[in-house]
Amino acid sequence: MRRPRSGEPALWLLFSAGGTLSALFLPALVAILWVGPGFVGTPSPAHGTLAAAAGGLVGRAFLSVLVVLALFHWAHRFRYTLYDGLQLYHLNQLIAVLTYGVATALSLAAVAIVWT
Amino acid sequence: MNPAYRRYHPRWHRERMPIFWWLRKAAYARFILRELTSVGVAYAVVLLVIQAHMLGLGPDAYARFVAWLRSPVVAGLHGALLLALLFHTLTWLHLAPRAMVVRLGGRRVPDTVVLAGHYAAWLGASAFVAWALLA
Repeated sequence: MRRPRSGEPALWLLFSAGGTLSALFLPALVAILWVGPGFVGTPSPAHGTLAAAAGGLVGRAFLSVLVVLALFHWAHRFRYTLYDGLQLYHLNQLIAVLTYGVATALSLAAVAIVWT
Repeated sequence: MNPAYRRYHPRWHRERMPIFWWLRKAAYARFILRELTSVGVAYAVVLLVIQAHMLGLGPDAYARFVAWLRSPVVAGLHGALLLALLFHTLTWLHLAPRAMVVRLGGRRVPDTVVLAGHYAAWLGASAFVAWALLA
């Protein structure tokens, strides 16, 4: 009898890569882009600088990779938080479909927005 | 444990755990809080894409977005978001030496060195972000 192949290792790799990229890059991005201007009152980065950074090939590629991996990082952690934290063992499959489904849908939308 | 195993598992007596079992100990609450930082991670990347979109619409649309960032509720939310993301970064970096065993010349690299390497990577990534956004 053959066991169906599990997608778990691949999902774990996405979770792990997304966790690492988020850990390295997100605090600086959030501090400079949102907390500085909104909370501390430092000037917001100039439109021209940001548009150039986000609109270039490197910027778009970087943003795409970061966003997709971070979303799958969320899906994996949130799935197991619901599973362990709220003990929804009987809803395991539904939760998996919802979390990875939301991550997939948001990823597709994000990549479409970033590259248009 | 792989959830699929549970289906064929014999039913033995189990004490029912209350839903809020993780509030009983500080370490459990920290674990759940750490897992919930992933919600902050998802929010941050979604807002990054929205900001990139606003940038593409021109300076006026971007100015409206910045005005929204400055409204008190949003600014407070983003302050809390930064704290959550720092919690994610610190817990993630400190897990790294336990998750990866690095060998050099047949000897295991000490955990402190692996950790220091990850902090250096964080510093480098942050410097790169600052250079890309502010230069």
